[in-house]
Amino acid sequence: MKHLLSTRDLDRATAVRILDLAEDMAHTADREVKKLPALRGRTVVNLFFEDSTRTRLSFESAAKRLSADVITFSAKGSSVSKGESLKDTAQTLAAMGADAIVVRHPDSGAAHQLAHAGWIDAAVLNAGDGTHEHPTQALLDAYTLRARHFGAHSRGRDLAGLRVAIVGDILHSRVARSNVWLLTALGAEVHLVAPRTLQPHGMQSWPVTVHEHLDDALSLALDAVMMLRIQTERMHAAFFPSAREYAREWGLTAERFARLGPDTMVMHPGPMNRGLEISSAAADSSRSTVLDQVTNGVSIRMAVLYLLAAGSSGEPA
Amino acid sequence: MTGLLIQGASLFGGHSADIRVRDGVIAAVGSLSPELGERTIDAAGLVAVPGLVDLHTHLREPGGEASETVLTGTRAAAAGGFTAVHAMANTSPVADTAGVVEQVQRLGERHGYATVRPIGAVTVGLEGRQLAEIGAMAHSSAAVRVFSDDGFCVHDPLLMRRALEYVATFGGVIAQHAQEPRLTEGAQMNESALSGELGLTGWPAVAEEAIIARDVLLAQHVGARLHVCHLSTAGSVEVVRWAKARGIHVTAEVTPHHLLLTEELARGYDPRFKVNPPLRRDDDVHALRQALADGTIDIVATDHAPHPDEAKQCTWAEAANGMVGLESALSVVQLAMVETGLLDWAGVARVLSTTPAAIGKLAGYDAPLEVGSAAHVTLVEPEARRTWSTEHLHGRSVNTPYTGRELPGRVVHTVHGGIVTVHDGVLGEAESIAALAKEALRG
Repeated sequence: MKHLLSTRDLDRATAVRILDLAEDMAHTADREVKKLPALRGRTVVNLFFEDSTRTRLSFESAAKRLSADVITFSAKGSSVSKGESLKDTAQTLAAMGADAIVVRHPDSGAAHQLAHAGWIDAAVLNAGDGTHEHPTQALLDAYTLRARHFGAHSRGRDLAGLRVAIVGDILHSRVARSNVWLLTALGAEVHLVAPRTLQPHGMQSWPVTVHEHLDDALSLALDAVMMLRIQTERMHAAFFPSAREYAREWGLTAERFARLGPDTMVMHPGPMNRGLEISSAAADSSRSTVLDQVTNGVSIRMAVLYLLAAGSSGEPA
Repeated sequence: MTGLLIQGASLFGGHSADIRVRDGVIAAVGSLSPELGERTIDAAGLVAVPGLVDLHTHLREPGGEASETVLTGTRAAAAGGFTAVHAMANTSPVADTAGVVEQVQRLGERHGYATVRPIGAVTVGLEGRQLAEIGAMAHSSAAVRVFSDDGFCVHDPLLMRRALEYVATFGGVIAQHAQEPRLTEGAQMNESALSGELGLTGWPAVAEEAIIARDVLLAQHVGARLHVCHLSTAGSVEVVRWAKARGIHVTAEVTPHHLLLTEELARGYDPRFKVNPPLRRDDDVHALRQALADGTIDIVATDHAPHPDEAKQCTWAEAANGMVGLESALSVVQLAMVETGLLDWAGVARVLSTTPAAIGKLAGYDAPLEVGSAAHVTLVEPEARRTWSTEHLHGRSVNTPYTGRELPGRVVHTVHGGIVTVHDGVLGEAESIAALAKEALRG
C-alpha cells in the first residue's frame, strides 16, 4: 500500500489486515513501554489545512508511539495563509525529508492530488478531504464495531451480518462516504438515513438502503446507529427549517434511544452537538462507543502509518 | 500583393480544384495554371474549408496578459485554422465601453493573424446591474454586434428582457451564459452520482436548462434574437429544439470539449478538466452531437480559455474554470462528428465558419470558397494523426485537456484575407504577418 486516499481502494482482505494490525498496536498500549521502534528515523508530516485538534492529536500520538519524527504543520498563521499553494507547501515539506504526509484539507481531492500530481514522492495519508473521504475514521469505526461485537474473537473477522445505520448529513459527510465503501467491503449491511436535502445526488446507486425517516431505520434490528454531526452553517442554508425540527425528525432523542435494542451501539465521529443530532441519554450510555472510537483511532492510525511508512510488508516487532 | 494559387485542394472534401487568390479575394476557382510570379501551395490530399470563425474566444487582453494576448491568441487561432475570432468581454478593464472594444479590434488588425471581433459586455463590469453602453460599442469603429456577460449569466429576468430589446435596436444579439447562479453556488462539476461520490458540489443540468427556457420565452415575447453559449446538456437541446419549432430566433453553440469529454475525467481531480459549464454525462455528449448534426445546435465555438499554470496546479476547488481549445477544435470536431459520420466537411464549414459568421454579422463568409469572396481558406489533412501534447499549442497557456490523446487531422495551411498565416503547419513570423496586414489595409 503506497497511499491511503479512499476506502474504495481497500478490499476485504486488506481492510481485515489493517484491523488486525491495529489490534496488535492496541496491545502495545497495555505494555509498560508504549513505544514501538517501527518508524525510528522516519519522518511523518501532519499537514493540516483545516483546524482539527482531535484528529491531529490522534495522528501525532500514533506516529510518536511508532517512534517516528513528527512535524506538524497547521496552515493557520503560516505561509499558506500568505498565499502559498498546496503544491509549494507539499514540496517544501517533502524537501525536508518527509516519508509520509498526513493531509487534512477543506477541498475534496487534495490528498489524491498530492499523491498523483507528480509534485512529491512521499506516501500520502488522507486525514479528511473536503466532503470526499476520511478513511482512517471509517477504519476506526469498523474496528470499534468489530471489537464490540466479537470481543476477544475479533482477529481475522470481517463485519458480515452486521447491520449499521448512518444518520444525518450524508451530503457533506466524508465520514459517511468512507464508511459506506469500507463497511460494505467488509460485508456489513449499510442503511443511510437523511432528509432528501442532505442526500447526495445519485446516492440510490450506492450499495446501501436509503431511508428518509429515522424511525423506519430504527425499527430494523440494528447492530449500530452512527449519528453524523450537523454543522451549524447548514442550518442557515435551507437544508432543513430549524434545529428543533431536525432534532425531532432525525435526532437520536432519548425516546428513540430507549426503543433501540439492548445491544445496539451508538456511534458518533465527534464532536457531538448534544440536543441536536444526539441526546445526552444516548451519548452517555454504556452503549455509546464515542470514547472507544477515540482510543481506537490511535491504534488504527498506528497501523496505517506503519503500513505506509515502514517500507516493508512485515508485521511489527 | 503577389498572387497565390492553391493547387488541387478537395473543396469541402468533394471535387478537387485550384483556388486563385488576388488582393485578398478569391479570384478564380477551377482548373488553373500558375501565372508568372504567383506563389503556389500544393494542396493535393488536403480538404479546403472556409477560414474558421470562433464566436467564443478569451483573448485576455487587456488585463490578463499573463495567460494570453491578442497576438498570442490569434497565433493559436491561425494554427487551429481560424481566420476570425470573437473576443469575449471579460477582460480587465471589461469590454463595456467603445474605448476597450476599439483597442482590442485594432490590436487584431495590427497583428494580422485573424480578424478580431470584440464582444461587448451586456452590463457594466459584467455585474448584472446596469446595461453597458451598447449603442456606443455598436457605433464604434469595432462595430460590435455580439454582446455577452460570459462567465456570468444575465440572471435578472427584467435586465435580460431589456438587454434583448435594446440590443435588437442595433442589430445585435445577446450571447447568454446560461447558469442560474443560486442553483450553482460553489458548484464544481456536473451534479450526478459521481459528484456525490467525489464530494464535489454539483452543477445541475437544470441550472442551465431553466435559464435557456426563460430566455427563449423572453426572446419570443420581445421579438429579439438570442444566442446560447456553450450549451452542455441533453435537456438544453430539447428546450432549444422546442423553441426553434415555435419559430423563436435562437441560435446555440457547443464547445469541442463538450462533444468529446465526460464528467468521468473529474475522477482524478486533475483541474485541467475543470470547465464551466462542466463536462457532462455520456448521454449528454451523444445528444449534443446529434443536435449539432441536425441543426438544433447551430455552431461549434471553442470557449478557448487560457489560464496560467498556477491556476491549474492547485486543488480542484481552487482551480480556474476553462481549457484552451483553438488549436485542437477542428481535430476534435473531426473525431466527434466527421469520423462518426454525423457531419461531412461541408457540415464542418457550416458549423465552424459560415453560421458563426452569420450570427456575429461578420462579412466575407456568406459565400465560402466562391469567386469574389474574401480569401479566408483553411487546408486540412484529414488523414493525419497526432498524439496531442502541449507542443501543439501556440498561445501563452497550456491548459489543454487532450494531452496524450490521439486526435485526427491537422491544419496544414491557413489563409486569412489572402495572407498565409500558417504554411506547412508552421506559423508565419509575427513581423512579416503584421507587415502584410498593414499592406493589405492600405489596399
